[in-house]
Amino acid sequence: MNVMDTRATSAMLYLDGVHVSFDGFHAINNLSLTLAPGEMRAIIGPNGAGKTTMMDIITGKTRPDQGTVLFDGTVDLTRLDETRIAELGIGRKFQKPTVFESQTVQDNLLLALNVDHSVRGTLFWRGSKAESERIDKVLETIRLTDARNRLAGSLSHGQKQWLEIGMLLAQDPKVLLVDEPVAGMTDVETHLTAELLKQINKNHTIMVVEHDMTFVRELGVKVTCLHEGSVLAEGSIDQVSSNERVVEVYLGR
Amino acid sequence: MFANCLDRLRALLLSVLLLSCFALPALAGPFEDSVAKFANDEFSDTEAAIGEVASSGNPLASPIISALQDGRLSADPDSKKVFITKTDGSIIDAATGAAVDKLPDNAAAVRLNNRLRRTVEAALGGLTLLSPDPAKRLAAAQSVFKSHEESLLPTVDNALAKETVKSIKQAFAEARAAIILFKSDATDSDKLDAIAVVKSRGDQEALALLSDLGTDQPPLVAKAAASAISSIQSNLAMWSMVQNAWYGLSLGSVLLLAAIGLAITFGVMGVINMAHGEMVMLGAYTTFVVQEVIRARYPGLFDYSLLIAVPLAFVVAGAVGVVIERTIIRFLYGRPLETLLATWGLSLVLQQAVRTLFGPTNREVGNPSWMSGAFDLGQITITYNRLWILCFTLAVFAILLAMLRYTALGLEMRAVTQNRRMAASMGIATSRVDALTFGLGSGIAGIAGVALSQIDNVSPNLGQSYIIDSFMVVVFGGVGNLWGTLVGAFTLGIANKFLEPVAGAVLGKIAILVLIILFIQKRPRGLFALKGRAVEA
Amino acid sequence: MTPHILTRSLDRAAATFILVVATLGVLIPLSNLLLPQGSALHVPTYLVALWGKYVCYAILALSIDLIWGYCGILSLGHGAFFALGGYAMGMYLMRQIGSRGVYGNPVLPDFMVFLNWSKLPWYWYGFDHFAFAALMVLLVPGLLAFCFGWLAFRSRVTGVYLSIITQAMTYALLLAFFRNDFGFGGNNGLTDFKDILGFNVQAEGTRCALFLLSCLALIIAFMMCRAVVSSKLGKVLIAVRDAESRTRFLGYRVESYKLFVFTLSACMAGVAGALYVPQVGIINPSEFAPGNSIEAVIWVAVGGRGTLVGAALGAVVVNYAKTFFTSGPLAPYWLFMLGALFILVTLLLPKGIVGTFNSWRENQRSTGIAADEASAAREDGVRAPKMAE
Repeated sequence: MNVMDTRATSAMLYLDGVHVSFDGFHAINNLSLTLAPGEMRAIIGPNGAGKTTMMDIITGKTRPDQGTVLFDGTVDLTRLDETRIAELGIGRKFQKPTVFESQTVQDNLLLALNVDHSVRGTLFWRGSKAESERIDKVLETIRLTDARNRLAGSLSHGQKQWLEIGMLLAQDPKVLLVDEPVAGMTDVETHLTAELLKQINKNHTIMVVEHDMTFVRELGVKVTCLHEGSVLAEGSIDQVSSNERVVEVYLGR
Repeated sequence: MFANCLDRLRALLLSVLLLSCFALPALAGPFEDSVAKFANDEFSDTEAAIGEVASSGNPLASPIISALQDGRLSADPDSKKVFITKTDGSIIDAATGAAVDKLPDNAAAVRLNNRLRRTVEAALGGLTLLSPDPAKRLAAAQSVFKSHEESLLPTVDNALAKETVKSIKQAFAEARAAIILFKSDATDSDKLDAIAVVKSRGDQEALALLSDLGTDQPPLVAKAAASAISSIQSNLAMWSMVQNAWYGLSLGSVLLLAAIGLAITFGVMGVINMAHGEMVMLGAYTTFVVQEVIRARYPGLFDYSLLIAVPLAFVVAGAVGVVIERTIIRFLYGRPLETLLATWGLSLVLQQAVRTLFGPTNREVGNPSWMSGAFDLGQITITYNRLWILCFTLAVFAILLAMLRYTALGLEMRAVTQNRRMAASMGIATSRVDALTFGLGSGIAGIAGVALSQIDNVSPNLGQSYIIDSFMVVVFGGVGNLWGTLVGAFTLGIANKFLEPVAGAVLGKIAILVLIILFIQKRPRGLFALKGRAVEA
Repeated sequence: MTPHILTRSLDRAAATFILVVATLGVLIPLSNLLLPQGSALHVPTYLVALWGKYVCYAILALSIDLIWGYCGILSLGHGAFFALGGYAMGMYLMRQIGSRGVYGNPVLPDFMVFLNWSKLPWYWYGFDHFAFAALMVLLVPGLLAFCFGWLAFRSRVTGVYLSIITQAMTYALLLAFFRNDFGFGGNNGLTDFKDILGFNVQAEGTRCALFLLSCLALIIAFMMCRAVVSSKLGKVLIAVRDAESRTRFLGYRVESYKLFVFTLSACMAGVAGALYVPQVGIINPSEFAPGNSIEAVIWVAVGGRGTLVGAALGAVVVNYAKTFFTSGPLAPYWLFMLGALFILVTLLLPKGIVGTFNSWRENQRSTGIAADEASAAREDGVRAPKMAE
């Protein structure tokens, strides 16, 4: 019990014994996972392993039927809604890139900035030098400075992925949940994304869900393999990919 | 002076002559005498006449009194002659039974007041208690029960002893109990027995009878009466619940019928079809046209008109539905709000088209004989058309469910609903399935129109009155779930009918709308919602 | 320099719009009052009232565009807020009749005397004061919208579900206002108004003043809408419209934003209704009919949703067409035309008149210019935060 408590207090994200079922289908089954502050963790697993549902639970979109989900050691996430969780400092990039397509790149970033998000605050917002500098910096990081005035909808798929990562940066959360960041990217873009995530990891905790093994290998971080809603294996990429059960699950033997 | 005297003499002679004319029938016998009293236009004379005629044993007695009850008995105050206008319009002399060509000009209907009406009923009861016609005996027993006329007790006893039909015997027993209950010299134990009999009858009239009993009864009787009253009241309350439940089921079946088609287009396809009500209207007008043709050409087939209209309405509305899907809706998939607007426009066009073709007024759609009439179940009356509509609705629902489950189209429809792209790559022609699904939903709306034409006005606005209710049913039941629609329709129907007596029809409806709005807050996806990641898609 | 919230929102199209409305608002009354009856430029009084009606509809259209065009909330019950504002004004006008009614009762309106009511219901208190009535014009629709929106948005009722329950809301109100014992004149509604603030409602001068006021209200409503949509809040609204759940994950309380615009929009609709009633001289329950609300939505669709100017334009164009066709021999075909308008606009002109014009102009402009510059100069006038000091 004591051990559990120390894990809980020191972890950035702490999931224990989480269950979720949809109409009898167990999407998440006794899932337990800990993410230390400053850590980057890659989550792999076949389709339907519960990766996205896990992110839904952490961000408050889905309520678990039972189990503990703690943020920053103390905050019970199962009781909060998406907005509150985002305000606490958990940012999320979706599997399918979701940017505000009819607004410009820099407006997208402006919306993501973690400044006053109240109705009154936005109605009487006037902008500040600090804000525009932060946006410039993010634009630079995600290599979209030249596209700042383009509509987000007109970006290429890879650029949209980056813009969404950029929005996460502007949001400046404590934890980034990144769902399939390199889906549909070219090899060069994939490589650049890996570099970008490593750079972000210097001062953020990150959880990446990805299928692309080359990319995961390039990240060079601890890997957790999910299967049927619970953890199947955990360790370095080499350990996990040589695990017999993981191979079995992936190759369907 | 002399001439004046002569005039007087003449007048006297004339009046004697007239009097003798009057006196003639009166002289003919006591029955005729009694009948003539009806012509005096005095309530007391009329009452006496009723008693005398009723007890005369004359075969004309019954027709006279029933004519009096129906206002068909008229009297000429001058000639003191009394006439019966028979129900077929022919006229006879009440005293002799002889046919008469026409009523005298100054003949007027014999008037009644409420007290006399009871006397009439009692007299009729006594007259017909011994009638050979069982239906008449039963009616007589009922009327005696109401009037509890003391003088009829021997007749009732007599009839009770002779009666062989069980239900009529029961009615006689009840009539007898009613008389004894009000008989001043009846013993307490007789009265207690009577109360038990009346209580077991248990309807509104039994309640009225016991309430009339008054307070000047012996304590034992008064107590028994009070307990009988409360028992009857709770019995009646139970029946009124049953009645409300039946009305609710009936309304629910109408709602379900209107909403099933919507459950398919909205639930399965996610298409908001605001012209859904107009598909119902098209079905109703199809029924109208079918009946017109049958009336004009093959009147003998009228009882089959609905059976003919059902497939036709399905085809007409379904075809219109397919055309709508192909020309409008398929361009709007994924844009539900735009679909809503476009189909609303469509509903305006369809309404106006029907208005242009058939006129803006209500059209007459008849009930076939097997759908008219009603029967009693306990204390409630059930009309055949409502009952048939309930059965029909459930049948349509069952067929639809079976179709979705067991046919190839049903399988394809479910596949497309669950995963459009996957279904397409499996070789299902998704656009064909879309068109057929929409056609199916519209066709069912057409069938609903056939049924609704039996209970609602067939006018261009027919569909409008159902569209909001149907949406409420689908939303309440949970989109994409036919069982939810079923439960939703009957829940709303019954809730509506139970609220109506409390809050009134309009306020009841408003209350239901408000409750649904509040309910959606609690369960935004309805009673039986789909869960999981698919919801967001 | 930080652009001020109001001035920032004015670009050329907006300025033109305001100028046109202001000019009409002054010229039409002037021509009615100053020019002789026979003059070719004289605007007869009935036309002043008619155009006054159009202007009120334009305000209603603006209010719908604000929530539908910018926040994706399709309300099919906005006619209810319009009618409630109208009823609030109607109640004031009824109280102004005083003892000049048919029954001559100094306190009770005619219909209450007719129903044998002995005293004024409590909810009619205060409506003899214009200020109170004017407050209610804003408060009643606003409060209803706030309560309704609070319930709906908090439970995340969105899209067509929201549309349908707003329709149910106006339908419920329709049924309620049809009832005599509800105390608002039942089927007949409120009518036979005599004067407003002491001026005869029928008089030319009053009509002209009301028209001018309506134009003024339209300009104010327009400027408010511009201010809202060009603020950062406007960007959040568009974000909610395009990707609601994404906005939530960025830490915005989406329901508060929706509630804010929904309530604001309902108040605007209420003002439109309040200006409408003295100009048409009657308010009755048919204003709550769901069909009216949907028709107002199509004005916005015709003009171009999300453009504000288009919404106002659409309201005027469609209603002008309605007046034109329903008064001529083509009257039986008007519903065909209206129906076809719904279908054709959604199928062929989804951006509406102004929206289509804007994208055409943008295309013209972007030929030869880099695409990103063109989008920077978009009609929306959305400024980059870099411009801020």
